[in-house]
Amino acid sequence: MKERQKKASSYWKENVRYLFILLSIWFLVSYGAGILFKDVLDNIQIGGFKLGFWFAQQGSIYIFVILIFIYVRLMNKLDKKYGYDT
Amino acid sequence: MSVQVWTYVLVGITFALYIGIAIWSRAGSTKDFYVAGGGVSPLANGMATAADWMSAASFISMAGIIAFAGYDGSVYLMGWTGGYVLLALLLAPYLRKFGKFTVPDFIGDRYYSKTARIVAVVCALIVSFTYVAGQMRGVGVVFSRFLEVDIDTGVVIGMVIVLFYAVLGGMKGITYTQVAQYCVLIFAFMVPAIFISIQMTGNPIPQLGMGSKLNDGSGLYLLEKLNGLSTELGFAEYTEGKKSVMDVFMITLALMVGTAGLPHVIVRFFTVKRVKDARKSAGLALLLIAILYTTAPAVSVFAKTNLINTVNEEEYKNMPAWFKNWEGTGLLTFNDKNQDGKIQYLADKEANELVIDNDIMVLANPEIANLPAWVIALVAAGGLAAALSTAAGLLLVISSSVSHDLIKKVFLPNISDKGELWAARGAATLAVVIAGYFGINPPGFVAAVVALAFGLAAASFFPAIVLGIFYKKMNKEGAIAGMVVGISLMLFYMLKFKFGIFDGGKVAVADLEKDWWFGISPEGFGSVAMIVNFVVSIIINKLTPEPPDEVQEIVEDIRIPSGAGAASNH
Repeated sequence: MKERQKKASSYWKENVRYLFILLSIWFLVSYGAGILFKDVLDNIQIGGFKLGFWFAQQGSIYIFVILIFIYVRLMNKLDKKYGYDT
Repeated sequence: MSVQVWTYVLVGITFALYIGIAIWSRAGSTKDFYVAGGGVSPLANGMATAADWMSAASFISMAGIIAFAGYDGSVYLMGWTGGYVLLALLLAPYLRKFGKFTVPDFIGDRYYSKTARIVAVVCALIVSFTYVAGQMRGVGVVFSRFLEVDIDTGVVIGMVIVLFYAVLGGMKGITYTQVAQYCVLIFAFMVPAIFISIQMTGNPIPQLGMGSKLNDGSGLYLLEKLNGLSTELGFAEYTEGKKSVMDVFMITLALMVGTAGLPHVIVRFFTVKRVKDARKSAGLALLLIAILYTTAPAVSVFAKTNLINTVNEEEYKNMPAWFKNWEGTGLLTFNDKNQDGKIQYLADKEANELVIDNDIMVLANPEIANLPAWVIALVAAGGLAAALSTAAGLLLVISSSVSHDLIKKVFLPNISDKGELWAARGAATLAVVIAGYFGINPPGFVAAVVALAFGLAAASFFPAIVLGIFYKKMNKEGAIAGMVVGISLMLFYMLKFKFGIFDGGKVAVADLEKDWWFGISPEGFGSVAMIVNFVVSIIINKLTPEPPDEVQEIVEDIRIPSGAGAASNH
């Protein structure tokens, strides 16, 4: 019983650590690059796009998709490590 | 063939398809009706979620709003996609593990209280009705322009179709029609976008075309050209915004958190087999949504540039057919103030002669660009698919809230499975009728109303669900107080500043803008109400007793992904 709880709580801790890292990136690309630092990034131009504007209307969305798939991979691995994948 | 014949053909074929699927996937039990039997594959669920999610607001209004708002329109793009990250990481896997039928189910069980369940039902009904009201106007607009029926008749036709497959098939019917609707709507959105991108920039990928040079020999980048045109006419530069950074931040946050808190989206993740499928299907859903969401801002840029080039300083009598057609719907109006027979489209309200409703940009775009008739008809079918799929998902939430959460769990606990199924069908019928009423008496333009539904969802559900999963010691007193205070505050702010009901109605709304708290618009206020909800929940939680041990055990159990199959068989 004790062993089981220990396992569950260390699984949960690793999960929360992943969430923290992924959500920090989530925050940085949208609220950071697309809103708070938009004007600074707009000084950089890539093709026809000002960079801050690109993050707000394109870049942040691509990164959101990638973040979820990274999360799926990380969690599938974590489930396996703890034997929760059945 | 003319546009109208094409429209009848394409809309007819897609409607026949939806009805066919509904008959094939009838619901036999309440489990079928509420969660499609719990055996939907991640890809099918991803497609259904995407269609459920992308409403008339995404398909019809969004690109138009962005075309007129420029950078400020980014709040919708980031807000309506970023919420999926929260949903995938913070909610979907755990709610799937919990394995019940509805969001109030989770709230009621996790907070071991009938009161909590009823508060959640009321919140779900307010959010869903606010949202469904926005869809009906979308259906009406498409019908009135392309099938040339009266808007009211259009709404009634749409309602009959939804009624048919939602009442017959429940979640099972809705899921598989939504899969078909996703295909229709994404095809309908992409085809004209690709055509126009090639026409204007030579690049077939709209996402890249938006950042490419024009192929009119000017050597200008498309965005440069549009910035130039905008300033020439007195508007702000397209890539700059008018809203304050604070307001943009708050609206984006409210939309993201609201997305993650919308009952009709959350409930989709109850339909897959395992926890890992819930995670994966959230990823697939966002991928499928992102196809439209990264194309929409490109469509906005194409449409705005084309529009200015086609109409500004041109003779009114030389305007193409689409211009006259849209004038007929009242969504586009021209008033020759200086009597020169030409159209002046200007930022200055006194001198401006052309008023264009946001909602018509996507629908009129293929006509403005002179695309073939079948493409124009396809857009009409796509708009209907988007509006109907979302309306159906919302109606299901409304009916399950009534039949499952109120009738079965509160008033008539001994009702048979069959009786509950009939109650669900009855509630769905009633909900369709109420939604139809909203469609015929629309409460404002699509995205504005929809944006408020997100504020309400953010202010009520999101904190209660997140705390329920991540804070084991969260108790019922805290959660109930948080939800009640959160949604009341949001309702108050919305009624005061959006509808002006305390200050003499809609006419007073513009003057109230200076009184906005911290300069935050009603659309962004959901973020504040959500934070208040969190704070109230935690304070009340500290002052009242801990939740019972068995509830804390439930929380420990939902944090672990294995064994989800057993949990759903109840």
